[in-house]
Amino acid sequence: MRVMAQMSMVMNLDKCIGCHTCSVTCKQAWTNRSGVEYVWFNNVESRPGQGYPRTYQDQNRWEGGWVRTRRGRLKLRAGGRMKKLLTIFANPKLPSIQDYYEPWTYEYEHLLSAPAGEHTPVARPKSLITGHDTKISWSANWDDSLAGGNEIAAGDPILAQVSDRVREEYEKSFLFFLPRICEHCLNPSCAASCPSGAIYKRAEDGIVLVDQDRCRGWRMCITGCPYKKVYFNHRTGKAEKCTFCFPRVEIGIPTVCSETCVGRLRYIGLMLYDADAVGKAAAVESKTDLYTSQLSVFLDPNDPAVAAAARASGIPEDWIDAARRSPIWDLIMRHRVALPLHPEYRTMPMVWYIPPLSPVVDVLRDTGHDGEDPGNLFGAVDALRIPVEYLAGLFTAGDPAPVTEVLRKLAAMRSYQRRINLGEERDESIAEAVGMTGRQIEDMYRLLAIAKYDERYVIPAAHAETAAGLEELATGCSLDYEGGPGMGGSGPFGETSGRYAPIAVENFQALSTRQRADDINQPGPEAKRVNLLNWDGKGRPAGLFPPRESPNGPDPNGPEEKP
Amino acid sequence: MNTLLWVIIPYLSIMVFVGGLIWRRRYDKFGWTTRSSQLYESTILRWGSPLFHFGVLLVLIGHVGGLLVPKSWTEAVGITEHAYHLTAVFLGTIAGLCTLIGMAILIARRRLVGPVFTSTTRNDKAMYAVLGAVIVLGLWATVRANVVGDGYDYRETVSPWFRSLFILQPDPSIMAGVPSSFQIHVLAAFVLLAFWPFTRLVHAFSAPVGYLTRPYVVYRSRDARSQRGLRAARRGWER
Repeated sequence: MRVMAQMSMVMNLDKCIGCHTCSVTCKQAWTNRSGVEYVWFNNVESRPGQGYPRTYQDQNRWEGGWVRTRRGRLKLRAGGRMKKLLTIFANPKLPSIQDYYEPWTYEYEHLLSAPAGEHTPVARPKSLITGHDTKISWSANWDDSLAGGNEIAAGDPILAQVSDRVREEYEKSFLFFLPRICEHCLNPSCAASCPSGAIYKRAEDGIVLVDQDRCRGWRMCITGCPYKKVYFNHRTGKAEKCTFCFPRVEIGIPTVCSETCVGRLRYIGLMLYDADAVGKAAAVESKTDLYTSQLSVFLDPNDPAVAAAARASGIPEDWIDAARRSPIWDLIMRHRVALPLHPEYRTMPMVWYIPPLSPVVDVLRDTGHDGEDPGNLFGAVDALRIPVEYLAGLFTAGDPAPVTEVLRKLAAMRSYQRRINLGEERDESIAEAVGMTGRQIEDMYRLLAIAKYDERYVIPAAHAETAAGLEELATGCSLDYEGGPGMGGSGPFGETSGRYAPIAVENFQALSTRQRADDINQPGPEAKRVNLLNWDGKGRPAGLFPPRESPNGPDPNGPEEKP
Repeated sequence: MNTLLWVIIPYLSIMVFVGGLIWRRRYDKFGWTTRSSQLYESTILRWGSPLFHFGVLLVLIGHVGGLLVPKSWTEAVGITEHAYHLTAVFLGTIAGLCTLIGMAILIARRRLVGPVFTSTTRNDKAMYAVLGAVIVLGLWATVRANVVGDGYDYRETVSPWFRSLFILQPDPSIMAGVPSSFQIHVLAAFVLLAFWPFTRLVHAFSAPVGYLTRPYVVYRSRDARSQRGLRAARRGWER
């Protein structure tokens, strides 16, 4: 047994209102640079819908993740090592920018510079890829809230798996949102696909990262990831992916997407698992067994034997303690209400979801029934095969049983708590119907409904004795060489060269450059700017005014320079 | 003049090449990438890129065989000059043509596909010019001397001279009598070599052969990196 700790997340889909705050704050923090305009480390998809990039879940087409060979071993679906090296010059399964979308900006300058005319000037969209006029025809959430109707929703690969009757009714009746980040898998196929070995799983907390200094842009990881959560920065030619906000998590605060989540639907905590068992668990024969086989690799931190083994593996005491208090453990193992996204990809994903009960409740309410009555709810979960079958396609490789079980638990919690709310007696029979006790239901309710910040995010900080290594705590000044990345410039070979600048510094510089730029596309040369902060009011600072023009040639006073 | 062309320039170029690679590796790991443009366009790339790269790999093998393996060795194992010559010219011309066609496709793509062209730097353009010149000159030398002409055995002249560079006993006099087409090709190749470390061509030196033997999933400890973080800590005298 080799105990390892994994930083993981659970999202409660019932609470997601699809506001995209997580996506926007994530983008502001991590991907507001050029080259990653189309990159969304966090995105929110409407279900049914095609997802981002379009139809990424269709692995017959994109060949992401692992497959089990006849001899019971795991193989990358896109091909073994030799095939990867032979196709390295042109990856046959790489999504093109059109499968994501062509990023654009608007020609705002035209609004100001257009000559006076009969018509109001408009800001035309300009492609950030070609620089020419473009027609916007797709984006990261183009089909938000079923926009585009059945025509677009019909392209949903999961919907294609369920039966015709279900499909038709589903399109009419259901909608929920699915926020997605990198899964930080226990068996990451992106890392396995990387020829350079640049993608690695951190031994301490299981976060999967791309070493920007070792990435050579072979782009096999993009094919390898079945969730298409590794992106290609087309300016630097390197892969980038969700970092689980490691600079934040290392000091014990939640990721940006969790921190800013309006619905407070995200939970972060540790899971201890047996690293030696992962390979075997990912290679079980039947796809529908993958959910339970993944449960089997998790280790109970309350078990003294596990704690001892964890100590022996060098996991610090406060981390073991955090694993005991982990909301993830409670949701996945104790209450068993969280399910993995697409376990059939065999990557052992570690961002799990509590499936939404709301489609069921909505149907009951819309048909005039009491959506909180236990009898109605249980009956509806069993009878409404529509959401169950679809959710099973997302979370349990098509097996409806675990989904039904979770939905029944959520239904029981709803009914049980309503009685308490209305001042009625607690009804143990509701809890018993789903194999729980009233106590457990109240526990689960507390975690799902009213858990405070500290209970939702149980994140042990990285250890102080290793603090010198925390990436963002550079001991030297980050801005320390002339024209370097910290200064907003770059090395001698253009944008991508020179030393690596910490992302925080790069972001800060890029953001401030953009905020001060005259033109959204092309921030002007630095020299054009005037620093009024240290202007004492005497004379005219260079560059504050355009050069004077007078009919008698040059200005007799001459251009007055900075005093 | 002979010494300048066949001793000084080669040694200078090799020095710049090796020194440049070390410098780039130390100071610009982040810029060390293929900078693939496949995201923008992949239909044409799927033809051009493998054609060029596999062609150029074959050409490389041919050059290693022709320049580094002495003639006496191949004759010792029973390959006659005629047999060697025939295969070399045959395979060399095919590989050269593949490379040339692949390169033509790639350059046309670079110029004609809008997004690819806008992401092409001046450095790239210069690199294409030099690389293209070396390939065309090499192919021209082979075709002129060995396909159209009555054959020229560079293994008697160019190869011994090339090897003499590496045993530090350069012998420029052999190169004096070599046909000018070969001379120009060799000089152009040394120019390319000197330019190499400062272009995207460096990605050739990160060919991921280690992938065949390493475990699939790489684990790395934060501690291992903590000695230096992402950036090396500056020494006191460097601050």
